[in-house]
Amino acid sequence: MSSLTKPVSGKRFDTVFRGIVYACGILILVVLAAVTVFLFVRAWPAIGGNHEDVADTIGKFTGGKITSFWGYVGPLLFGTVLVAAIALVVAFFVSMGIALFISHYAPKKLATVLNYIVDLLAAIPSVIYGLWGGLVLVPAIYPFWNWVAQYLGWIPIFAGPAANPARTVASVSVVLAIMILPIITSISRDIFQQTPRLLQEAALGLGATKWEMIKLAVIPFGKSGVISASMLGLGRALGETMAVLMILSPGLTYSVQLLKASQNQTIAANIAAQYPEANGLGVSVLIATGLVLFVLTFLVNLLARKITQKASVK
Amino acid sequence: MSTPRKTAEDDGSIAYAPVIDWDKFKPSRSSLAARKRKDGLMHALIILAFIVALIPLISVLWTTLVKGAQRFNWDFLSHNMTNVIGGQQTASGGYGGILHAIIGTLEITLGAMVISIPIGLLCAVYLVEYSGDGKLAKTIRLLVDVMSGIPSIVAGLFAFSVFTIIGGPGTANGFEGSVALSLLMIPTVVKTSEEMLKIVPNDLREASLALGVTKQRTITKVVLRTSLPGIVSGVILAIARVIGETAPLLLTAGYIVSTNMNLFSGQMTTLPVYVYQEYSKFRAYCPEDAGASCVAAIPMQRAWSAALMLIVIVLILNLIGRIVAKIFSVETKR
Repeated sequence: MSSLTKPVSGKRFDTVFRGIVYACGILILVVLAAVTVFLFVRAWPAIGGNHEDVADTIGKFTGGKITSFWGYVGPLLFGTVLVAAIALVVAFFVSMGIALFISHYAPKKLATVLNYIVDLLAAIPSVIYGLWGGLVLVPAIYPFWNWVAQYLGWIPIFAGPAANPARTVASVSVVLAIMILPIITSISRDIFQQTPRLLQEAALGLGATKWEMIKLAVIPFGKSGVISASMLGLGRALGETMAVLMILSPGLTYSVQLLKASQNQTIAANIAAQYPEANGLGVSVLIATGLVLFVLTFLVNLLARKITQKASVK
Repeated sequence: MSTPRKTAEDDGSIAYAPVIDWDKFKPSRSSLAARKRKDGLMHALIILAFIVALIPLISVLWTTLVKGAQRFNWDFLSHNMTNVIGGQQTASGGYGGILHAIIGTLEITLGAMVISIPIGLLCAVYLVEYSGDGKLAKTIRLLVDVMSGIPSIVAGLFAFSVFTIIGGPGTANGFEGSVALSLLMIPTVVKTSEEMLKIVPNDLREASLALGVTKQRTITKVVLRTSLPGIVSGVILAIARVIGETAPLLLTAGYIVSTNMNLFSGQMTTLPVYVYQEYSKFRAYCPEDAGASCVAAIPMQRAWSAALMLIVIVLILNLIGRIVAKIFSVETKR
């Protein structure tokens, strides 16, 4: 009788499996905590260690111009945000256009092909964008920046003369914009495609033109999704290393003159550039800047997800 | 709008019905034209945006193909960078190659797969099958999303910190790179697997459980088996994403000229890092008496050829992932 009431086998392994699965779920939390803790431990000598040594190390990185940690992180953080923000502005309008084109204008067959192309753009490794940016785009885009500096130079951010070769914030932002284009496009496209048909047809039925329909029905519906997509794109741009490293001529100022070389540098590219020659304390300083970048991208991503969650609850 | 005037003689007859000035509501010719113009303008702008986005894509692919094909041959694929002096020809008649980088890329990516596929898959199983949408599951979901946005260089710094704290300063090996890559790969695996597990019909689970099968067996033999093609395609796309990562490997796996087969000791070159290193060399040294066989621009040519190899690998992986997904989607329709 007892053999009938008891499960034949697998009960024990069932419990073990349950344990393993729970452990893997919790491991995600542990890993994220470990990232923070390990970075913090390695960065501690730069934050709380001997101030004179830290000042000495940072002085070596900057040629003696800057000696305090926050004085070092400040311009880097500024450069990171500047480059990413411009990239976002450039990418935003183009990807809105592509997303709307795919969801509302293109014939269905063309839309499928376009989806593939967007995914293809996302699949190209960043080092290849860097190589292309450094060897193809930089020489090709100089005449354009020169033109901008000549005719729009009265706007402070476009003040000339444009640097040649154009290893400038402006060129890097263009490459980063290309890199974050696919992520913004694909998320916005998905949201736009989910716009209720009834809303769209009601708008068209009231005599709205196609653009008015998009303005009245599609964009309000997809607004929060688009915002969160942009935040994700921003997060990607903030952390991008290779393209910046391979294109930008670095500098450590708070300048917003986009067309001049040696003005800004981003945290990620700075780490990759200084890392090979850094000593123990130097690496700690770099990891501390990496921690700042981590916190920044964490917050941006968290915000993006919160917006999405709020939107999906509605 | 004109309202009906009530007068003493109002007897409710049709003669006193409100008089509506319909002409007022007629769109004027100019406003109609303006709206049409705006519609056309936006249409043009949207198409323009699409064309603008196509230019860089075509340019990237085309230049990589043209410039990469220049040095892309068997000698390039079958040699590493040992005995390469400046821009001079090596004994085999080539100019060095990427064999060591291909091996390094494959091994490090394999290491990352071994770490992240089980963890990612089981985490997805937890989220879909066990969590019951509790608070913990919500937190994990949020953190997985956030984790997918970690900058790749921070992942590299993390692996570097872990290994230098445990293994002492100066530790650099392929496995360190695998750990960094798996940090980037886990969120992608979790998310795609979760989506795939969600679409497994609940009837299957209930049927299996009703037959008295344990939950573990239901999951491994029914749920996972049903969603296998989807998971495989997701995993392949995740691999395609990390195989091109450069920054974390620059910090962890290092760069050497010879072939290193051991994932757990010694530095290892990978394809993306190779591209970057050749790019930063800019020009090779050629002595004056070297003759025509010495090519000063060889580093850039090698960088383009390695980039071509990388693009080919990534595109093939994407293609396989898509084909697997397509086969799967046909099955669900039946």
